[in-house]
Amino acid sequence: MLELDALSKSFSGRTVVSALSFGLERGEVLGFLGQNGAGKSTTMRMIAGVLEPDSGEARILGQSILESRQLAQAQLGYLPEGAPLYEDMTALAFLNFLAQAHGLPRAQRGQAVDRVIADTRIADVITQPLATLSKGFRRRVALAGALVHDPKVLILDEPTDGLDPIQKRAVRALIAHMAPDKAIVISTHSLEEVHAMCSRVILIDKGQKVIDDTPAQLAAQYEGDLESAFFELSQSAEQRGAVG
Amino acid sequence: MTLFRQSLWAACQREFKAYFASPLAYVFIIIFLILVTVLTWDLSRFFDTGAADLTPFFYWHPWLYTLFMPALAMRLWADESQSGTFEIVLSLPVSLPGIVVGKFLAAWSIAGISLLLTFPWWVVVNILGPADNPTILLTYCLSFLMAGSYISLGCAISALTKSAVLAFVIGVLLAFVMTVAGWPLMVGILSDTLGVGAGESVALFSFLTHFETAQRGVLEWRGVFFYLGYSGLCLGLAHLFVSQKRNVG
Repeated sequence: MLELDALSKSFSGRTVVSALSFGLERGEVLGFLGQNGAGKSTTMRMIAGVLEPDSGEARILGQSILESRQLAQAQLGYLPEGAPLYEDMTALAFLNFLAQAHGLPRAQRGQAVDRVIADTRIADVITQPLATLSKGFRRRVALAGALVHDPKVLILDEPTDGLDPIQKRAVRALIAHMAPDKAIVISTHSLEEVHAMCSRVILIDKGQKVIDDTPAQLAAQYEGDLESAFFELSQSAEQRGAVG
Repeated sequence: MTLFRQSLWAACQREFKAYFASPLAYVFIIIFLILVTVLTWDLSRFFDTGAADLTPFFYWHPWLYTLFMPALAMRLWADESQSGTFEIVLSLPVSLPGIVVGKFLAAWSIAGISLLLTFPWWVVVNILGPADNPTILLTYCLSFLMAGSYISLGCAISALTKSAVLAFVIGVLLAFVMTVAGWPLMVGILSDTLGVGAGESVALFSFLTHFETAQRGVLEWRGVFFYLGYSGLCLGLAHLFVSQKRNVG
C-alpha cells in the first residue's frame, strides 16, 4: 500500500534523508523511530506530498506522490508534527472544511464528520473554537481531521504527544481498531507505544535506515528490552557516523 | 476544472468565515467607512463643490487602498506559515491554484462589502441633484477591480513571509509605490529628472493613472486589462511562492 523508493532530501547541502526505501502492506503498523533530527518528520512530509524529494519517490496504492500527487494524497491521512490547526475555527467547522477539501460529496460529509467525532471522542468540544482547546483535545481534533476521508494509508507524526494516559489508551485502541484495514506509519519517541501499537519497527539515523524488524525480535536481540535496542542501535549508528 | 472549483470554494468559504470569526473584518469595514467619510467630507469639502458628483469621494480610494488592502491580505498565507497549517494545505488533494484564488476572492469580497456599504454617498449625491449615475457605476466597478489588484499584491507578499506584520509593512510600501507613480506631482518630478517619456511610462504602471481615467467617466479597456492582468500576475507569483514551500520546507 505504501512504497518508498530511494527517497532522499537535503537542506542547504546537508543530507537529511538518504536513499530511504521500504514498503508497507495492509494491516501493518510501522513504528518509525529515530533520535531528534534523524529525518523522521522530513520523510513523513515527503510521503504526504508536503515536501518534494530531491530524488526517489513514494507511492501510495500505486500512485506516485510526484506524478499523481492528488490521487496519492486522496488515499492518505496525515497528522503533522505538533498537530497544527486553524485557531479561528471550531472543531466542527475544521472537520467540515477538511471533508470538503477532500472532495467528499455534501451528503456524505455529515456522516464522515460524525464518524470521526465518535472515533476520536471529541463530541464535547466540537462547537468550541480550536484556540480554546487543551493540547490533548487539539491533537485528537487533528487526528480526526486526518481520518475524515477514511484514508487507506495513515502517516501520524507523534499522534499521542501531549495526551494523558487515558487519551493515549483511547488513541491506541483506535489505531488497533483501524489497523487491519490500513497501512499506518507512526513516528514516536515513546518505545512503550511501539510495544503497544506497532507490528514493525524501522529505526533511522541521519536519514538512513539502521534496522527494520518486528518489535519482539528487536527486543529479543537486545536483552529483551526495546529501549536498550533503541539506545544501542542509535549509539552504534552515531559511532559509525563519527568514524565515517 | 472541478478540482480547481472545489478547492477555490473550500478556501474561499474558510477564509471568508475566518475574517468574521475575529473582529478583523468588522474593524476593517468600520474604519474604512469612517475614513472615507471624513476625507470626503472634510478634506475634499464635498458639500462646498456645489456639484452632484462623487469625484471627491473616489479621489481617496487609491490612497485608502494603499493602507487597507495590505491589511486584508497580510494574514492569508503568512498565518499558514506561522501556525504550521501550511502542512495541512499542502497535504490535501487540492488544486493549489484554486486555493490561491479562493483566498484572494475571500479578501476581495470583504473589500466589495466595504465598497457596497458606501452606498449612502450615492444616495446623497442623487438627492443633491441630477447625478451622472453611469459614471458613478463605472467608477465603482473600476474601484473594485483596483482593490483586487492591491489585494493580489498583498497575497504575493504574504506568501513570501511567516510574519503577517512584515507582510503588511512591505505590502503598504509596494502599494504606495504603485500608487504614487501615477500622482501628477511624482510624474512631474520623474519627467523633469528622467525625461517626459520616462515619467509617463512609469505612470502607465500606476494604479492611480487608470483609475483617474474612469473617474472622468471614460471606460478605457486598457485600464480594465491592466487591473486584471496585474491581479493575475500577482496571484501567479503567490502560487509560485506557495509551491516553492514544497522544495524548501
